[in-house]
Amino acid sequence: MNPLARIGRFFLGFLAHTGRLAVFIAHSFVAIIQPPYYLRLIGQQMIRIGYFSLPVVALTSFFTGGVLALQIYYGGNQFNSEAIVSSIVALGITRELGPVLGGLMVAGRVSAAIAAEIGTMRVTEQIDALTTLSTEPFKYLVAPRVIAAVISMPLLALVADIIGIMGGFVVGTQSLGFNPAIYMQLTIDFITPDDITSGLIKAAVFGFIIAIMGCYNGYHSAGGAQGVGRATTNAVVSASILILSANYLMTSLLFSS
Amino acid sequence: MTDMIKLSNVHKSFGSKHVLKGVDLSVEKGSSLVVIGGSGSGKSVMMKSILGLLTPEKGEIEINGHPTVGLKGGKRDLVNRQFGMLFQNGALFDSLPVWQNVSFAAMQGSNMPADEALELAKESLALVGLGENVLDLYPASLSGGMHKRVGLARAIATRPPIIFFDEPTTGLDPIMTDVINHLIRDCVNELGATTMTITHDMSSVRTIGDKAALLYQGKIIWSGNVDALDQSDDPFLVQFINGLADGPIEIAGA
Ligand SMILES: Nc1ncnc2c1ncn2[C@@H]1O[C@H](COP(=O)(O)OP(=O)(O)OP(=O)(O)O)[C@@H](O)[C@H]1O
Ligand SMILES: [Mg+2]
Repeated sequence: MNPLARIGRFFLGFLAHTGRLAVFIAHSFVAIIQPPYYLRLIGQQMIRIGYFSLPVVALTSFFTGGVLALQIYYGGNQFNSEAIVSSIVALGITRELGPVLGGLMVAGRVSAAIAAEIGTMRVTEQIDALTTLSTEPFKYLVAPRVIAAVISMPLLALVADIIGIMGGFVVGTQSLGFNPAIYMQLTIDFITPDDITSGLIKAAVFGFIIAIMGCYNGYHSAGGAQGVGRATTNAVVSASILILSANYLMTSLLFSS
Repeated sequence: MTDMIKLSNVHKSFGSKHVLKGVDLSVEKGSSLVVIGGSGSGKSVMMKSILGLLTPEKGEIEINGHPTVGLKGGKRDLVNRQFGMLFQNGALFDSLPVWQNVSFAAMQGSNMPADEALELAKESLALVGLGENVLDLYPASLSGGMHKRVGLARAIATRPPIIFFDEPTTGLDPIMTDVINHLIRDCVNELGATTMTITHDMSSVRTIGDKAALLYQGKIIWSGNVDALDQSDDPFLVQFINGLADGPIEIAGA
């Protein structure tokens, strides 16, 4: 094929995908707003998305906080390091690393699981069956997952904040010889409510991305088990890339003023 | 008699593959139509088009006199509420136990309380020869025939006026096949339902059907009373109902 045609085809494919995704998101919003609301399903999904992600998010942020403390200590000139380590750990975790790393971990777990589940339902005609049983798939499948993810992710990020700062604290006091009381006091003095809320807002957006990418890829999967596998991979990859780029965008918006 | 289901000149393609090439077909209210035809001839596609799961490019599908092609949202839902459907592969929800599968439409669509829904599930399962021991099983732990029968119970659970059965007896033993054939017949005789059944089994055709239609290469090439099946000298029909390899029906490259 000639290279120009190839570029053209790629570009058209990209536009078609973007258009289909935009329609999917619009449809999801309508499903979220309009009754009926499946509260029981939202609760179920919050347990699956939020509660079961706690261990992996907690471990990630604990080690991230710890390694951050070490790097800042070794990298700095160790002058006044107690204040610098505690403040940078607190800032780094609450503003960026808590929500972003938490988001990426949950993207791996949850986007994949959602895409696999909905994709299997698609290829085994369970989604068709839903429609014939007078149940809107967007309301029954997509809306509860999106709502649950948007609520769960900030809660997970809050946990990540606390445990990440604890990670820095443990490393700082146990291996760098900082005074626990002073370290804690410095952290509390330094951190502002804005640092935390900006991180939680980001986390909510990441939750949306995670659920939508899982649902979208699953919903449009075709071609049996192989198609579901492809949908799962695409969900994780696209959710991760979107999280990182949305994070950059939000940081430049939230912190520009 | 009025037509409950009426297809006129229905066309459906997938990419360059033209599956339905102008299907004309009607089912009278309170009667049972059986659709036969070779594997891959488009029987399931035709049924899904009637259900609105696929949208034909051309033609009209009327339900009880109302055109339905292209209906969306609430209007489509009003039409679908009259339908019950058994999918060819069951399409049971594997995240729900059997009883919730069977009473799904009643619980989700009509907000029936759980205890009533459980009773409804028991009743419907009894009709297809399944006992209370399957109520709490999940679809993954059912045998193929049980899977199909749970799908049947789900299709008839709300006593819908129009019921579609895509190969209801494939994979069942001969006795259960007869039970299911009579069950479908009872839906028509006792509940006054209108049914359309796809089957490859000629004994089912004779037990279930008032009328039969043969789908071949995207068109209905024969339709008439089931009694007339054996008298017909249509060469396609003769080959099909007798299961002969020799005849006018093209076998390869369908
Ligand atoms: N979603 C789809 N996308 C592309 N092609 C399809 C799709 N669904 C069906 N087809 C094609 O349409 C044709 C008819 O399929 P259909 O499932 O209706 O056959 P059938 O008559 O029900 O056969 P069987 O008796 O084996 O169930 C087949 O060639 C199939 O490959
Ligand atoms: Mg079929």
